[in-house]
Amino acid sequence: APAFADGYGLGREALPEEIAAWNLDIAPDGTGLPDGSGSVEDGEWIFSENCAVCHGEFAEGVDNWPKLAGGEDTLADKDPLKTVGSYWPYLSTVFDYVRRSMPFGAAQTLSDDDIYAITAYILYSNYLVEDDFVLSKDNFLDVEMPNAEGFIVDDRAKTEYPIFTEANACYENCKDDVEITMRATVLDVTPEETAEEEA
Amino acid sequence: MSNEDDTALTPSRRAFLKGSAAAGGALMAAGAAQAQEADPLITEVQDWATGLGDGVDATPYGLPIEYEDDVVRRNVPWLTADPISSINFTPIHALDGTITPQGCAFERHHSGAISMRKEDFRLMINGLVDKPLVFTYADLERFPRENHVYFCECAANTGMEWAGAQLNGAQFTHGMIHNMEYTGVPLRTLLQEAGLDAVGELSDKWVYVEGADASSNGRSIPMEKALDDVLVAFKANGEALRMEHGYPVRLVVPGWEGNMWVKWLRRIEVTDQAVESREETSKYTDTLADGTSRKWTWVMDAKSVVTSPSPQSPITHGQGPLVITGLAWSGNGAITGVDVTTDGGMTWQKARLAKPGEKMALTRFYLDIDWDGSEMLLQSRAHDETGYVQPTKTQLREVRGENSVYHNNCIQTWHVKENGEAENVEIS
Repeated sequence: APAFADGYGLGREALPEEIAAWNLDIAPDGTGLPDGSGSVEDGEWIFSENCAVCHGEFAEGVDNWPKLAGGEDTLADKDPLKTVGSYWPYLSTVFDYVRRSMPFGAAQTLSDDDIYAITAYILYSNYLVEDDFVLSKDNFLDVEMPNAEGFIVDDRAKTEYPIFTEANACYENCKDDVEITMRATVLDVTPEETAEEEA
Repeated sequence: MSNEDDTALTPSRRAFLKGSAAAGGALMAAGAAQAQEADPLITEVQDWATGLGDGVDATPYGLPIEYEDDVVRRNVPWLTADPISSINFTPIHALDGTITPQGCAFERHHSGAISMRKEDFRLMINGLVDKPLVFTYADLERFPRENHVYFCECAANTGMEWAGAQLNGAQFTHGMIHNMEYTGVPLRTLLQEAGLDAVGELSDKWVYVEGADASSNGRSIPMEKALDDVLVAFKANGEALRMEHGYPVRLVVPGWEGNMWVKWLRRIEVTDQAVESREETSKYTDTLADGTSRKWTWVMDAKSVVTSPSPQSPITHGQGPLVITGLAWSGNGAITGVDVTTDGGMTWQKARLAKPGEKMALTRFYLDIDWDGSEMLLQSRAHDETGYVQPTKTQLREVRGENSVYHNNCIQTWHVKENGEAENVEIS
């Protein structure tokens, strides 16, 4: 048999507590959800303490920080507002992302019950549950996300690639005339050269 | 995404005009070939021709010469809420060839560029494997290595241009990209080390990859891609990865959107379903005109841009020989050709590729013309080995509308004026 046919023997077996520490992801079917629960009522307080400075008391967003609520039925508008309520397909993603990566600058500092409560409060802020709602591992999948059916798998191979082909590439007399329809300098939002400013 | 009301932003075109303002002087300098007076740079002994330069002990690791201090990463403050989860831009308008110098190669972080020693690095493989494993950095260096050159393009590159011509410079419109020679271990090798015998049918399995930073940037990759050409890389352009590019280890996912090139890689989990993480639901999904959104738009389609002349790289030498140059790339394979028009697409001619296109890597093109000083509407159009031809923005909008945020690979137009200045425009 060739050398290393059975592998290189590098690395060592991961221990259960190591896997438990890092393997935090949660799938749409609830795989990975920890035990625990949290109420809208608790979530309101925890959100106010840990999240509202950027995301607003009602999850409506402060300044340019992300809005977590609102934007219902705007996805086909000129300027859609994409939030947990209007856009996110799965509640699992909310729990997973908040638990691993929020608050911004102090990630992984909240308990699982805290995360259930914050998730419940974000649902409430999006008018998706009542104010006495308690979210837990057991009822997690009962929550209906408004845009759960709003996604399709990449279809460029059908809708674009057949159009954007060599057969349609023109070289001579491709159009009669050309007009400028938009200029970047009208908006004038490009930063100046830093080197010039310092000079 | 424009912010016309922000008075803190009072950019002017002075900076860009500076190049063309100097054009008059440059034109005279260009006429030096016919000068009647002797050039003192030749007739007088210069300091560097009589004194001494720096010793070999002056610079253990050097930076570019000070006269190149405009060839730097730039950011656009109004694009994001803060500079930690943000983006900056590669100065592609000033570079040539295809390899991006690491020091000015763009950055995109979601919770900042973290600093981790090799000694503190751990990589875990878990999930549906025969034996979950933990590797140290030293372990990774003992697996057989490969070298490959690939582009890493942010899914949002050119995204600000969906609704119109907005930012005035190739660095800003097309600079969320870099192209490096990577050294690393195929992900396939590591997955085989953990064993895939027990997992069953591989075609419906996934790997979930995440980084060690607070954002984690977790993404799901189908097993077919994971076993094909994904690389667990620890060197770029010959040296260790830069901190901001994932030191000591990052994922390289050839041809696919930059978001999936997870930096500070810490865990690879074999799963039987996509995790549908934040970075593949809320972000990196592309909303169409009817309000539905595409997900899992992984491949970056064929694209190109003229890097010079361009708004930050105006023509300063007057009429005569002009090198039009730019970059082309495709996530679907090698670039086979690039067409260039100087009249806004009424007629096109084939540019010259500096080298034959390589799969999922930047390709440099040139078109050498005799510029008569008249206005030009410059565009480039890439072809890849699948027969795909880069579309116009109008063509893309017809399929997608204006709100897909990501994957804008449209043909770019620069309006080159008689004074050599260039502007980002849209044309009919």
